[in-house]
Order: sequence, then structure tokens, then C-alpha cells
Amino acid sequence: MLRSTTSNWFGVAPAWLVIGIFGLLPMFIMLAISFMVQDPYGGVEWGFSTEAYVQFLFERDLDDSLILNTIYVNIVARSIGLAAMTTILCLIIGLPVAYFIARQPEDKRNLYMLLITIPFWTNLLIRTYAWILILTRNGVVDARLQWFGFEPGTFDLLYTNTAIFIGLVYSYLPFMVLPLYASLEKMDFRLIEAASDLYASKWQAARHVIIPLARPGIVAGSLLVFIPSIGAFIAPELLGGGKRMMLGSLIYFQFATARNWPFGAAVSILLMAFVMIALLVYARAAKGQGLPAGGH
Amino acid sequence: MKKLLIALAATTAMATAAQAEGELNIYNWVEYTSPEMIAKFEKETGIKVTIDTYDTNETLLAKLKAGGTGYDVVMPSQHFVEIMVKEGLLQDTGVGQMANYKNLDPRWQKPSWDPEAKYCAPWQWGTASVAYRKDLYGKELTSLKEFFEPDEAVKGKVQVFKSPDEVYNMANIYLGKPFCSEDAEDAKAVQALFEGQKPFVVTYNSENQNDNLANGTSIMANNWNGFSMRARMDSKTDIHYAYPKEGVVGWFDSACVPVGAKNAENAKKFLDFIMKPENIALQSNYARYSNAIAGSEAFMDKDLAEADELKVPESVPVKFGQACSPAAQKLIDRVWTKLLQ
Repeated sequence: MLRSTTSNWFGVAPAWLVIGIFGLLPMFIMLAISFMVQDPYGGVEWGFSTEAYVQFLFERDLDDSLILNTIYVNIVARSIGLAAMTTILCLIIGLPVAYFIARQPEDKRNLYMLLITIPFWTNLLIRTYAWILILTRNGVVDARLQWFGFEPGTFDLLYTNTAIFIGLVYSYLPFMVLPLYASLEKMDFRLIEAASDLYASKWQAARHVIIPLARPGIVAGSLLVFIPSIGAFIAPELLGGGKRMMLGSLIYFQFATARNWPFGAAVSILLMAFVMIALLVYARAAKGQGLPAGGH
Repeated sequence: MKKLLIALAATTAMATAAQAEGELNIYNWVEYTSPEMIAKFEKETGIKVTIDTYDTNETLLAKLKAGGTGYDVVMPSQHFVEIMVKEGLLQDTGVGQMANYKNLDPRWQKPSWDPEAKYCAPWQWGTASVAYRKDLYGKELTSLKEFFEPDEAVKGKVQVFKSPDEVYNMANIYLGKPFCSEDAEDAKAVQALFEGQKPFVVTYNSENQNDNLANGTSIMANNWNGFSMRARMDSKTDIHYAYPKEGVVGWFDSACVPVGAKNAENAKKFLDFIMKPENIALQSNYARYSNAIAGSEAFMDKDLAEADELKVPESVPVKFGQACSPAAQKLIDRVWTKLLQ
């Protein structure tokens, strides 16, 4: 009995080692830094301080009293809103796409799946720079329009909110399509025929048959889009023009410019907390519904 | 990446520290050391040079503070020279008594960060200001007012640096405020100026200014003089680099010798070497920045020697960034975060 437990333990030791070194250790370093004292020239000094967390909600007045400060709350709220909007847009586009692919014959399905994953072969930063060339004034689209006699700058979406959403939806759409496809592929399409036999309209069939069956995929896909979107950095900075900070840019600013590592670490920890909450909500929703609990 | 660089740097440092004579370990910014100039130095002195690189002043400071780096020459910017002297990290090289010190343009002799010329030899310097499309703007940009309180004509066409480092000091120059002020009232004035400018701003971005100026996304944009010169040469559009009458923000990198350098004598030879016009000209040709040595123009590439971007008009003051106290830095960060909240 004892022997088998030990050998089991040794068996999974490599997995724990990898998780520990590459997953948990950096997280604990972050956590530790967030409670240390700021070194004015970057880095941290030894000592315990909760200043970084206090700073998130309050600022110190000249007499050292605390005043409520909404700057960072605004940034968090904007990041959550942006991530939610991205998730909804991905869902609206992703659901019909996944349904379409799931209804194709098998060889075509595999081809479509390959096409969905092709963008991952190139680095996201490079793909986002490509979007700059597409969206900018005198860019790929604007220059073509000029051939047809349009004024330069007719199509100029760079540094707008639309550009941010284009970038985010483009980046994370595959994360929505893949789990949706996984759940729709298993669907028995005779159910839809049955629905229409029973005089259900197409909309009713979608609402009462397809969407409930796709639910595990919807929840998983939404999480996979929401989580990276909330810390998104590249699209808001490069395509949105960086006129408004997001959580990702706030963290970057603290480390790169403000030289306030503890606060940057504290914001990262808070961001991680949001993600944990989202996962917990998912785990609860998954309970009793036979959804795959965790582990993507 | 940075960690990897540090690890690489550490191993090289250990490997080379053992052998002393005839070596020189330089720790410099990335892509910032002319191979041609180093080859000339090696040939003239017989000293073997090794180069490692860093990407921020903070990295350099952290390494020197940790000690035992094995570096003989480092290239901090002016405000970090001040910090390093204060922290006792740089050694007295007596640079002012070296044979070639007389070659320095009088303007750069005994600068404020090394007032007795005890520590560092000049390496490269440059300015940060505003580049603009003269054809689209329709006139010459002569005052920072046109950048901070612009005309309606450039609404949505102004590009500002992504981080406050230089632009905050530009605002201080325009408002006549001191750098690194700890006075909240000064910060409020800068804040108001930035808030007023924001409706005119198309993007806060330190990278794409050249492309954006070339295609008309922006009409005026924060830029560095060397980078602006590249934009003019590459794009063939009417891009000019402004030297507004109120002044420009400067940066100045120097070659210094850290305390505990194994090859301090070789390091001093290097400092003297780079104060010779024909040597530092090779460096300028490579990195395309100005140097502080009079007479080096004669050895520089023609397009570089004649570039307007690198010539600061006599009447325009160049004000160099300083190392701010934590209290002053906090005000700057707060203003900037509030602006972009």
C-alpha cells in the first residue's frame, strides 16, 4: 500500500516539478514582490509593505490621509468591458462558423479546422503589425480605394476603438471556434430535423436545440476568449493608439516607466484573481451539467 | 530575453575576469558600438575587446550595484552618471587630464553630471523634440506652443511619446518649470497642459512616428533627432525636425569606468581613444548620432555631417533629463496615469 503511493508520487513528480518551476514559482515571486518596498530606481528592497494594494484604491493626501482614487478602478472596468465585448463579438461570429464547419463532410471539416489554426503559425505581434498596414491611412485598403478615385484617408481605422475590436476578435476568434466546434461536432443533427418536423422555425431550432447542446462549448470558448482579452496589451496599444490604459498597459507602465515593481506585481495579482473568479464561475456552472470541469 | 542576456553576460564576465592583461570588457547599449572603431582600437593597442549589451539604464545600475560584473567600461546616460557617482560606483579616471580631452567641444567640457571632468568621456548624444510634415502643416514649427496647444488644423493629427520620460520635460520647458519638481502645483500645471492637448492627439506611441508622418496619420509627432533624420531620408516626404525656441530635451551617454574594473588602465586608454575626432567619427557613422568631439565632422559621412536634425541652433537651449527623487517621480507617474486613465 505504502509502496504503491510512493511510486505514484514519484511517477507524477516530473509533472509537479514543471508546474512548480514554470507555473507556481513565478506566481509566488510576483506575490512576494507585490508585498515588498519599492526601490526608487527600479527593483525592490527587502521589507514588508501593503502600500501597493493600498495604492490601488487610495492615494495619500499631503497630510498622509487616504483619499479614494478611482483611476485604477476605471482602468479595470474598461478592461473588463473590453473583454466582455470581445467575447460577445467572438461568440456571434464563432457560433455560425463552428456550426457551418460541423455540418461539412469529414474531409472538409479537417481542412476547415486546419485553416482556423493557420494564423497560430505566425507570431501575434507580427499579425497585429499586419493589421496596422491594413487599417492605416494610405494602407492596403485605403490605397486600393484611391485607385477608384476616393480621397486619401477615406478608409482610416487605425487608432480607433473599432481597430481594437478588430484586433482582439481576430486574435481570439479561434479560441471560440475550436471548443464550439468540439461540442457541435458531436451533435446529432437529426434533432434539428425533428425540430423542424415539429414546426419549429429555424430561429426556434437554434434557440432550443443548437444553443443548449453547444453550451459546454459556449462556456469554454467564452472563458478562453475573455481571459486573454482582459490582459490584452498588443491590440489596445498598437491598434488603439494607447490613448486609454488597459490593465496590460498599466502593468507594463509600472515596470518599465514608473519603476514601481510592487504596484505592477499587485495589479498582476489582481488580474490573476479576476481570472480565478471567472474559472470558479465556470467550475460551478459545469457542476451537474456534465461539462468538462477545468483543464483546457 | 533580458534574463537570458543577463545570464549570457554573467558567464562571459566570469570567463574573462580570470585573465587580466590585454583585455577590455565593454558593457554597452544594444547595437551601439561601432565594430569598425573597435577593430581600430584593437589594432592600435593590441588589447582584445569583448562587448556585452543591456537595454535600460536601470539594468546597468542594478548590475553595478550587485557588483563583480567584470566590466571595464560602461555607457550610462547623464542622469545615471549622477546616480552612479553618488552611489560610489564609478572610479576617478582623471579624464580631464587625458591628452585628447582638449578635443571636446567647449560646450561639453565639464558637464553638469561630471562638473570636474573626473569620471567619464563623452560617447554620443541627441535630442528629443517634435518632427512635423511641413507641407501639411503649412508653416515652420518654431514654438512648443504649437505642439502642446495646437491649432484646430492639426486636431487628431498629433502624436505624443508613449512614456512621460521626455515629453514631461518638454512640458516643463514650455511652462518654464524646473525638472523633477516635487511641488504638486507644478504637476497640476503640466497635467492641465496634457489634458488640453489630448483632444488633438491621435496616438501615444514611441514607435511608429516615422510611418505615421510619412502617410499623413500624424502631422506632428514626438521624435528623436537621429530617428527623424532616418524618416526624412527613407520616406522622401517633407519631414522636418523642429528646434522650438523654448528648448529641447537632451540625452547624453558617456563612457565611464566602474569601481573594481579589472582592466582599468586599458579602460582609460579607451576613454582617451574615443576623444580623438577620427575615432569617434566611426562610432557616429555607425550609430548615426552626434558626438561631442570638435573636428569629428571632417571624418563623418557627408549626409550625417550635414544633417539639420543633428545641428542644434545656437539660440535653442538643450536641457538634459535628471534623475528625479521618488517623490518627484511619483508626481510624474500620477499625472501620466491620470491622463490615460
